[in-house]
Amino acid sequence: MEAKEDLVPTAVFEPPSVLRWRTMLAVPVAAALALALHLLIAKRELPLETHSYRLFFIEIIGVSIVLALLRRFSPALRRWMASMWPIFTAAIVIVCVWDVITLGLRLLPLPYFPGPSAVLRSLINDRALLLDSTWHSLGLLLSGYTLGVIAGLISGICIGWSSPIRYWGMPILKVVGPVPATAWIPLALVLSPSAIVSSAALIALAVWFPVTMLTSSGISNTRASYLDVARTLGAGRWYLIFRVAIPAALPNIFIGLFMGLGASFLTLVVAESVGVKSGLGWYVSWAQGWAEYGKVFAALIIMAAFFSTIMTILFKARDRVLVWQKGVIKW
Amino acid sequence: MVAVNEVEASSLVVRDVKKSFPAPDDPLSRRQVLDGISFSLAAGELVSLIGPSGCGKSTLLRLIAGLDSADSGNLLIGSNPITAPNAERGLVFQDPNLFPWLTVRRNIQAGLVARGVLREKKNEVDEFMRLVGLEVFANVYPHHLSGGMAQRAALARALINHPKILLLDEPLGALDAFTRMRMQDEVLRLWQARLTTMLLVTHDIDEAIYMSDRIMIMSVRPGRIERTIAVDLARPRQRDSADFLRLRSDILNYLHFAGES
Repeated sequence: MEAKEDLVPTAVFEPPSVLRWRTMLAVPVAAALALALHLLIAKRELPLETHSYRLFFIEIIGVSIVLALLRRFSPALRRWMASMWPIFTAAIVIVCVWDVITLGLRLLPLPYFPGPSAVLRSLINDRALLLDSTWHSLGLLLSGYTLGVIAGLISGICIGWSSPIRYWGMPILKVVGPVPATAWIPLALVLSPSAIVSSAALIALAVWFPVTMLTSSGISNTRASYLDVARTLGAGRWYLIFRVAIPAALPNIFIGLFMGLGASFLTLVVAESVGVKSGLGWYVSWAQGWAEYGKVFAALIIMAAFFSTIMTILFKARDRVLVWQKGVIKW
Repeated sequence: MVAVNEVEASSLVVRDVKKSFPAPDDPLSRRQVLDGISFSLAAGELVSLIGPSGCGKSTLLRLIAGLDSADSGNLLIGSNPITAPNAERGLVFQDPNLFPWLTVRRNIQAGLVARGVLREKKNEVDEFMRLVGLEVFANVYPHHLSGGMAQRAALARALINHPKILLLDEPLGALDAFTRMRMQDEVLRLWQARLTTMLLVTHDIDEAIYMSDRIMIMSVRPGRIERTIAVDLARPRQRDSADFLRLRSDILNYLHFAGES
């Protein structure tokens, strides 16, 4: 039978799929250049201070050469290198420029802007505390986010499905929702004996609003004809809500989940830097208190990796759940 | 093919049904869409309903499906009044309205899931997928299907509940001419295989003559059944036979579409 032709979007940037020599060599060459520049710049520094930074670049050179040798055996590796190497090269160049601006030319005031070698040293020296802080942040984030998502889904489904609940619920949502969760911090700290509990509640509140908003609009915008068809197939209310309205609202619900995740990151960091005595947010303000800006930057790097990993996991979950949407909506 | 051949059709009686909606331009007045509709279908009959757009054909179908309620009058299936949507009255729209989040197989078995009888009737799912020739596409999502395939899936989804009457609201209207003619045979085959009562709303006069036992012509404002024409042609019908063409020109004349002569 005839299958519909897939529409091909016209203006899509295709990452290179063929591994060229110059792409393959870009990473080790850039790393070697960065290392050479660094050795030139850092002559005055104590060798111990920049030891791990040098080691880091030597490792990059080594690994990239090994991968270049292994590429013959794996097409997957070749494809991965072809698509990722330009990005890695750019990252190395950026680190190198940072090194030159800070350590080399001393254009930025110290101690606020340490060079990459100092940040790497802080990262390695303080790894135990950083790991512990990440662990605490993860616990707080997940408990608050989960709570907020559950509450948001329940209230969103109720508001979206039932018009009496919508009538009474919408005004509350419209008045309370737009207030940033962080604005409640003074109140939350007074109300709850434990800073952890109140922070989790604040994160939940921050997540609850967008999830509720997007879920309810998704549910109430379910195509009427889907509901009509389901009713003529003998569907009761349970089927209409859980098998029609909620699946139809899933694309919207995921937008709410993404917005809620962003809000939860913000609330987490603020809550940790004012009330909670653990976590990455706390670590940043603690390190700042001691004027150890190397540690501040180290924590920021961890935070970036931590948050983007969680975001990526949510993206993967969405791609899996909304697999039926492929070809309908691209985002 | 045990279940598919069961006789389970039912008659339909529509008596003096009226329905009005708030007028879109003036919310205080109401517009009479259906103004005393009366007709009946015998069990197993295939009847077409044609008429200009806006005459209330779809409204009437929604009333029979139970999705809306009439202002006055009676609607009876067998001897039972129609009050709410029910699996015994299947409805197929012009848009197949397949649930995009379900595969073809899960769409077709949706009625069984909704009624909580999937476990007992699981074997029928394959049967109905074979009936409409979609076995190969069982695990495909609807956005991969062509218009004709999607409409066949929608027919199977409606038929799996063994409806006593199947309501078709311009089900082939969105298809191209060739696919449409093939699908007309497909629907006739399903009708003969299932011996179900069918009410087909269409704006295609050829389709109405080709398929139905009787043709009801509706007028617009007030929405009434103006005339009922019996189609006494043997099946399978020839679209170019003299009787077919004579009937066609009768209807065109009646609707004043024949042109000046």
